[in-house]
Amino acid sequence: MTKDAQDNTAHSIGYGKLTAVWLGLLCLTALTVWVSRLDLGIGHVWGSLAIASTKAGLVIAFFMHMRYEGRLLRLLLFVALLTLAIFIGFTFFDVLYR
Amino acid sequence: MSHPLHKDYAGAKLGMWLFLFTELILFSGLFLLYGAYLARYPHEFAAAGREMHLFFGTLNTAILITSSLLVAMAVTAIQRDERRTTLLLLGGTVLCAAVFLFNKYLEWSAEIGRGIYPGSPKLVAGPPGESVFYGLYYLTVGLHGLHVLVGGTLLTVVALRVRRGTIHGGDYVWLENGALYWHLVDLIWIFIFPLYYLIL
Amino acid sequence: MNPAEQNQTETGSFWNDTGRTGIAAWIFSTDHKRIGLLYFYSVLSFFLIAVVLGVLLRIELMAPGRTIMGPQAYNAVFTVHGVLMIFLFIIPGFPGSFGNLIMPIQIGARDVAFPRLNLFSWWLYIVGAAAIVTSLFTGGGPPDTGWTFYVPFSARTGTNVTLAVLGVFIVGFSSILTGVNFITTIHRLRAPGMTWKRLPLFVWSLYATAWVQILATPILGITLVLVIAERVLGAGLFDPGRGGDPIMFQHLFWIYSHPAVYIMILPAMGVVSEIIPVFARKPVFGYNMIAFSSLAIAAAGSLVWGHHMYTSGMSDTAILVFSFLTFIVAIPSAIKVFNWVSTLYKGSISLEAPMLFILSFILLFSIGGLTGLILGAAATDIHVHDTQFVVGHFHYTIFGGAGFTFFGAMHYWLPKFYGRRYAEKPAVIGWALMFVGFNITYFSMMVLGLKGMPRRYYDYLPEFAPLNLTSTIGSWILVGGLVLILVNLFRGLRSGDPVGQNPWGGATLEWSIPTPPPTENFSADPVVTHGPYDFKGAGIP
Repeated sequence: MTKDAQDNTAHSIGYGKLTAVWLGLLCLTALTVWVSRLDLGIGHVWGSLAIASTKAGLVIAFFMHMRYEGRLLRLLLFVALLTLAIFIGFTFFDVLYR
Repeated sequence: MSHPLHKDYAGAKLGMWLFLFTELILFSGLFLLYGAYLARYPHEFAAAGREMHLFFGTLNTAILITSSLLVAMAVTAIQRDERRTTLLLLGGTVLCAAVFLFNKYLEWSAEIGRGIYPGSPKLVAGPPGESVFYGLYYLTVGLHGLHVLVGGTLLTVVALRVRRGTIHGGDYVWLENGALYWHLVDLIWIFIFPLYYLIL
Repeated sequence: MNPAEQNQTETGSFWNDTGRTGIAAWIFSTDHKRIGLLYFYSVLSFFLIAVVLGVLLRIELMAPGRTIMGPQAYNAVFTVHGVLMIFLFIIPGFPGSFGNLIMPIQIGARDVAFPRLNLFSWWLYIVGAAAIVTSLFTGGGPPDTGWTFYVPFSARTGTNVTLAVLGVFIVGFSSILTGVNFITTIHRLRAPGMTWKRLPLFVWSLYATAWVQILATPILGITLVLVIAERVLGAGLFDPGRGGDPIMFQHLFWIYSHPAVYIMILPAMGVVSEIIPVFARKPVFGYNMIAFSSLAIAAAGSLVWGHHMYTSGMSDTAILVFSFLTFIVAIPSAIKVFNWVSTLYKGSISLEAPMLFILSFILLFSIGGLTGLILGAAATDIHVHDTQFVVGHFHYTIFGGAGFTFFGAMHYWLPKFYGRRYAEKPAVIGWALMFVGFNITYFSMMVLGLKGMPRRYYDYLPEFAPLNLTSTIGSWILVGGLVLILVNLFRGLRSGDPVGQNPWGGATLEWSIPTPPPTENFSADPVVTHGPYDFKGAGIP
């Protein structure tokens, strides 16, 4: 199958780029700890989740090479995340409106 | 089979990603419960969160992020056929895993020493929201710890194969898939950390 | 029962020498065909045990008061009947048996993407099944919670819920790995010319099913872990006295278990889409819509789990949302029915056993589906929830639907693998007995439910007695028919008339290779030039 030839070539990420991502992740960690010390009330949950999602995005895109993968894999990841969001989100139709 | 099937690198990677989706959804059940109970017991969750060991949590977060860096670098190293570097990096990752688990042991010893564990008399007698928080905490972090153990073991096996030469620059899908699994372990902790240690 | 001894065309068939002897040649084989047969006989065995339990239940219920068992035994019997039927028969049944046997051949591949993982999936199934069986005879005895394991009862009952639930967890892991394997196989191993639009509809249905297996089953996994945590650790996460909410368990449980019913029915619908064109000698009507509707059912079916919880104490908002979404999921199912019927229209229909099972599927599944709308509408559900109406509904869909199709698939495909066929007349008589017996058994239940008889109750009011007796007699007719078709089929596979390469005149790839299939399926990678129901293009009259 000819599509195999393209799919099987590897993409390599240099040590420098990986280290930069690592530093970014550490900074975001420091940020999220700092934000948690502020007086934000319920904003803490959303703020933490936003920063965590950004960190996750970096890990997935660079450490897990998703940035360099084909459309199929990215679509499938989206489907999985959407499913997760629906499972949790629809449950809140119950939880929030009792 | 009379002849070996040709190796399908992209197929192996697809299969691994699909498996990672299942792990993601496994933990999402626990996060679902967390969300529902946070909505019900915001104050008790915040109070319990304040009692968590922020130092251990932050340290472990940094350790896992670093371990992710090391294993990602190991993939690059094997692609360049740098066997020694790969082994050092994999060793570093497994070392991080061990330190993480040791920190966990210290943290849990402290908690259990304070009478906080699932079904403990202190939790049963205390406010319901606190009991739920710690019940979810132990289950989620415990399940995550199990995955750290599995991932660490997997990467050790991978390292042995790199040393033997079975995994090399021309065929390293095991290392790459092992790394993907390890990144998932890191990803889950990235969400555990703020939800359990930083909800203040 | 080795056909290799009897049929001379079998040198090189998958039955032959694998380098191992005896049972090792089977339980260590990574050949998808052998694994498919391992699954087939495993699931069928548990099905038959569960049938016996079902017959016992109906004997108990044939008259008010105690008939043959006490209330504790009754609770255990309906629990185990459900656990075996659902987790050990119908969920693994289609993907594990016919999925493994047929799908790789239908896409022109030599095997699945991960053959060793495939074998491991079957081993996990066996280990999980062993744990479930062990739980029946150890600890506090067989679980009595119903297959739904609702808290708080499942957290408190003294029966051996922990081991049973652990077994189900392991079987669930088997299901997940099969899903991973099938998705990868269908994406990566299609033969040249086998485009997505030329895939047999059975493959499309397995693809959609595999997505449900991957995305929904892990939620079952965590739910079962939580039950064990409640029992063993006293976590108190669902205990109202400790701040927990039992309704959260129901959410988690049904987030899996509703999509699970689509794992049960989607492959069956795929089989229907295979058999109808062949027995009507007409290409399927609306291929694109049938393929799309499989994905739509998998997607929409993942949004509706709350319709099991209208009376649980869930919010009115949730009731509204889930009820509305439940009606939507009926649409793609209806699309399939319309397309199947349109395929039959002006077709040259031959009513042999596979076709009879499939035609009766359309009727029985439609009845089940329509009663599902009665249950899906929140207002009517208040009246029928947890009554015998529900029991009737799901037996119509799962048994009349997936079950009957499973028997149809057995008659359609097993001759290909054994090189011999069943006798037609006993099969038709057996089918007729099953069809009549089935309707008597389960339609009675729906009437009983509307009249107010609850489900899972050991006893009932005297006014329900006549219909209960009727239902029980129906069950004897049903089982009589079942025994007849099984004896007839297996006798035929062993020593019936030999079967050639393409006994039914199908145009999908499994009919283009020798009977029984060779180990490698194809001597050379096939190049596909026609669609799966293009009889002319395949050179079939």
